[in-house]
Amino acid sequence: MANNEAWMTAEVGGPKRASLITKPEVAEAMIRRARRPILVIGHLAAEIEMEDKKLIDYVIDLATNTGIPVVATAHTGNAFLGRRFTPASIMSAVDIGNRLADPTWKGIDGNGPYDLAMFAGLPYSLAWTLLSGLKNFAPHLKTMTLDNVYHPNANWSFPNISIKDWIINLQAIIRDLGE
Amino acid sequence: MKIGELKTDFGNIKDLQLSIGQAKEEKWEEPMGPTPFPSLTTLREWDKKLLERYKPFYMPFCDMCCLCTQGKCDLTGPKRGACGISMPAQQSRTVLITVCIGAATHIGHARELVTSISEKFGKDHPLDVGGHNVEVEAPLIRLVCGIKPETIGDLDEVLDYLENQLTQLLAVTHTGQEGSSVDFESKVFHAGMIDQVAMEVADIAQISAFGFPKAEEETPLIELGMGAVDTSKPVILVVGHNVPPAVNIVDYLQKTKLTEEVELTGICCTSLDISRYTPKAKIIGPISWQLRYVRSGVPDVIVVDEQCVRADLLIEAQRIHAPLIATNQKNCLGLEDRTNDRPDDIVADMVSEKVPGVLILDTNQVGEVATKTAIQVAPKRKKMGFFPKKEELKEIARKCNQCKECRRSCPNDAAIPEAMKAAGKGNFALLEEMYDECVGCARCEQACPQKIPIHSMILGAAQEKVKEEKYKIRAGRGAIQDIEIRQVGGPIVLGEIPGVVAFVGCPNFPKGGKEVAEMVIEFAKRRYIVCTSGCAAIAAGMYKNDEGKTAYELFPGSFEAGGVVNVGSCVSNAHIAGAAVKIASIFARRNLRGNYEEIADYVYNRVGAVGVAWGAMTQKAAAIASGFWRLGIPVVVGPHGTKYRRMLLGRRDKEELWYTYDARTGDKVYTSPAPEHLFVAAETKEEAMVMIAKLCMRPNDTSKGRAIKLTNYVDLHKRNFGSIPDDVHLYVRTMADVPITMKDEIVKMLNEKQWKERTIPDPTLLPRMIRKAKVKV
Repeated sequence: MANNEAWMTAEVGGPKRASLITKPEVAEAMIRRARRPILVIGHLAAEIEMEDKKLIDYVIDLATNTGIPVVATAHTGNAFLGRRFTPASIMSAVDIGNRLADPTWKGIDGNGPYDLAMFAGLPYSLAWTLLSGLKNFAPHLKTMTLDNVYHPNANWSFPNISIKDWIINLQAIIRDLGE
Repeated sequence: MKIGELKTDFGNIKDLQLSIGQAKEEKWEEPMGPTPFPSLTTLREWDKKLLERYKPFYMPFCDMCCLCTQGKCDLTGPKRGACGISMPAQQSRTVLITVCIGAATHIGHARELVTSISEKFGKDHPLDVGGHNVEVEAPLIRLVCGIKPETIGDLDEVLDYLENQLTQLLAVTHTGQEGSSVDFESKVFHAGMIDQVAMEVADIAQISAFGFPKAEEETPLIELGMGAVDTSKPVILVVGHNVPPAVNIVDYLQKTKLTEEVELTGICCTSLDISRYTPKAKIIGPISWQLRYVRSGVPDVIVVDEQCVRADLLIEAQRIHAPLIATNQKNCLGLEDRTNDRPDDIVADMVSEKVPGVLILDTNQVGEVATKTAIQVAPKRKKMGFFPKKEELKEIARKCNQCKECRRSCPNDAAIPEAMKAAGKGNFALLEEMYDECVGCARCEQACPQKIPIHSMILGAAQEKVKEEKYKIRAGRGAIQDIEIRQVGGPIVLGEIPGVVAFVGCPNFPKGGKEVAEMVIEFAKRRYIVCTSGCAAIAAGMYKNDEGKTAYELFPGSFEAGGVVNVGSCVSNAHIAGAAVKIASIFARRNLRGNYEEIADYVYNRVGAVGVAWGAMTQKAAAIASGFWRLGIPVVVGPHGTKYRRMLLGRRDKEELWYTYDARTGDKVYTSPAPEHLFVAAETKEEAMVMIAKLCMRPNDTSKGRAIKLTNYVDLHKRNFGSIPDDVHLYVRTMADVPITMKDEIVKMLNEKQWKERTIPDPTLLPRMIRKAKVKV
C-alpha cells in the first residue's frame, strides 16, 4: 500500500487531501506555530499497545510537556483519571467536532477558538467523517492526526506506519516540544 | 358511474364520468386539527424550530457530487457545484435521498401487504390490533392523516397520500430544485414522518389479517440461534421483511401435517414476523447472520422476499447446493419466473440442480414448492460440510502474507492479520473471538489477494460457539395497550419513570450485538421502559446472564418500568412512536386528529423517550430515525452512524438556544438543554449509556422526576467516565431536583458554577399553546 492511501481501502478522500508528516519536525513545527492547540483523544488510546506502553501514555506525556488541553471522548476520561491525568473536558467526538467547526466558540477555557486540533485514538471511520466535517466547515482551524494511519481529511497526517516508527515519531515530538 | 349520452330538459350530457372514492359515515367525533394530510411545507415552521436548536453538523462522506453529467463537481469547503449547490445543501440532499429510499421501501412494503390482504380477506376486513385494549388503533395515521381507519380498505387512502408525498419528496432532490440545506432538512423530517405512517399501515394490516399477537404483554418465547435448529430435519430458511410467503409456508406445513417434520427458520424481520404467526418458527439471528448461517450448510432451501437480503445470496446458496426461491418483484435476482408452472415441475428442476433457483410471484405457491424442495433436497445435502475444519484452518492460514488488505477492508478494523498469524501456528483463539464482533459483510474475503476464505475461517474456528447458540426471544407483541399508556403516562410525563428507551435498527455494531443486550439489561434494571424491534430486538436476545437467561426471560414484556417490550419487526417501530403519541392522546387528552405540531410539541417537551440504533446501517434505519426527529424524540447511533453524513446537535453552552414559552404565563424562560441533541453518534457503548440517560430529560420533568433522571445520568457518568458530569448545574432547576444521595457533590458543583434557582415552566415551543398572554401593567 502506498503511504498516502487511506487506511481503510474504500475511504478514498476528495480532491483536498492531507499533507504527510514525513518526519517529527513537521508535526513539531505545526504545534509550535499554533497559538491555541487542542488534543482530542478517543477511547482506542487506552487500548492500542505500543510495546510497553499504550497510546494514552504518549498523549499524557505530550500534554504534560506542552500544556496542550485534552478533550477525552467516550469513556477515555476514566483511563486518563486512572493515570492521574485530568483531561480539560469530557465530550463526545461529534460534540467537540461541532464546536471546533464554530469560529465563534470560546473554547473550553473561554479564551477563544482553537487554531489546531490534534486527534488520536478515535475509531478510523469516525475520525474520517469528523475530519471531513472540519475540512469542509472549519477554515479557521488546522487539523492533524497523531494516529499511525493516513487520514486524507486532516490537514496533516502520518502515513501508514508501523508501531515501531510511530513510537519513534511520537517520542521525538514529545522530547523536542518539551525542550 | 358513466353516462354515455343523456338528454334532459336542461340540456344534453355526453360521456359524463363520475367517480366517488369513498363515501362513509363519519363516526369519529374528535374535531379535525389544523394539518390533516400535511404537504411538504405544512409543518415547515415546526421543523425550523427544531433545526434552530439542533443545527446540522455536516460530515461529508464524499466531497463530490456525481448526480448529473455536468459533474463530478468538487464541493469542498465553500465551493459550489455547476448547478450552484453548496456542500451543506448537497449533504442534506443526500440525506433526503437516503430517507426517501427508506420510506419508499416501507411504503412499497405496506402497499403490497394491503393489496394482498385485501385480495385474500376483503377490503372490509376489520383492523384489530388489540380489541378493546387498543381503542387508539392507529395513532400515527390519526395524527398525520386525520382519519380513523377501521378496515383494511381504509388504508388505501393513507397509502395514496404517502405515495403522493414520496413522489414530491423525491422530486425535490432533482438538479435545480431545492437549494437550502434547512429546507432539505425539513423535507427529511417530512419523509421520516410519512415513513412512520407507512410502518403503521404495514403492521396494523398484518396484525389484523394474520392474527399476530394483539398487544399482549406476555407473548411466547421463541427459540433463537443457530444452535436451536434441529439439523436432522429438512430446513427452510426465510430471509427478508415481507412475511406473506413465509405465512404460506406455515399454512402449507400445517395443512400437510408436516409442521413437526420440517424446521422453519428465519433471519431478519421476516423471522420476527413469522414467529408472531407461529411460535414454532425459529429465529436464527439478525441480518449479519445471513452469510454465516448459509455457509453453515444447514438450510436446505432458501426463500427470500424483500429488503436487507444479501445481493450475492444466490451465489452463496449455490455454493452449499441449496435452491433459492425469490418471491418478490423487488428482488428477482435474475431468476426465471416460474409463477405459472406446476409446483412439482419447479421442485424437480431445483432438486436436480437444473436451475439454482426460481422466481415465484404467487405467494400461494411458495409453501408447497419450498416444503417439497426442502424435503427432497435434504437427504442429498446432509453429508456436505461447508466450514473449514480446525485441522484445515492452520494450513489455510499459512497462505496469509500479512498484507493487511483484510483489515483495511473491515468496517470495524478487526485485527484479522494477527488472527491469521496465530492460526497459522495452530492458535485459533483470536479467530474464534472475532465471531462475536464480526458484522458478517465478508469484505475481508473480497480484499484478500490470496483468496483466503476469511469469513468461513472465523466460522470454522467458532464451531463450538455456533452449537451453543441457543437463546430465547419474546415474540413481537405489536401495539401498546391503552391501559398501559394510562398507567405509565403520568410517571413518564412527570419524569418518575426515567425514560422510554427503544433499541431499534440494524446490526452494524462496532463490537458485536452483546453490547445491545447489555444496554437493554442496564436500562431495564434501572426501571426505564425498554422497547426493542427489528434486528436490535434479536441481538438483545442473543446474550445470557450468569443464570443463563436472556433479557426477555429476565424482564416482563409489559410497557411498564423495568419491562423489555419487543414490539416486533422494523415496521413495528410505528408502535413505539405510537406509544409516545398515545401518551399525549390518552393520558393528556390532547386531540390527535390532524394535529401534528401540537402533539410533537407535547412529546418533545414531556415524553422522555430516546431511540437507539446502535448498528444503524440501512436507508430504512435513516428513515426511521427521521420520523422520531420530527416528533422531537432524540436518536443515538453507534460510531458508524456518522456515515449518514450529519448529526443534529444542540449546544448546551449556548444559553440562548434553550428558552421556551411557559404556557401558563407566556414568558420565555430558560430551561435545561433537554434533550441536548436530536441525532448524535456515540463512540462506545459506555458513552451511549451516559448519553441515553441524559437525553431522557425533558423540560416538563417534576423535581422528583428530574432527581431520578439525574441520579441515573450522574451514576452512569461516574461509572463510565470516572467523574461527575460538568454540566449537572444546567439540569438542576431547583434544589428539589438534586438527588438526595448525591447532594453533597452536586451542591458543591452548583456553588462553583454560581448556579441560581429557576422556575419549572409548562413548556411549549408554540406561541398558540400559551393559555394566558402576559398582561403588561
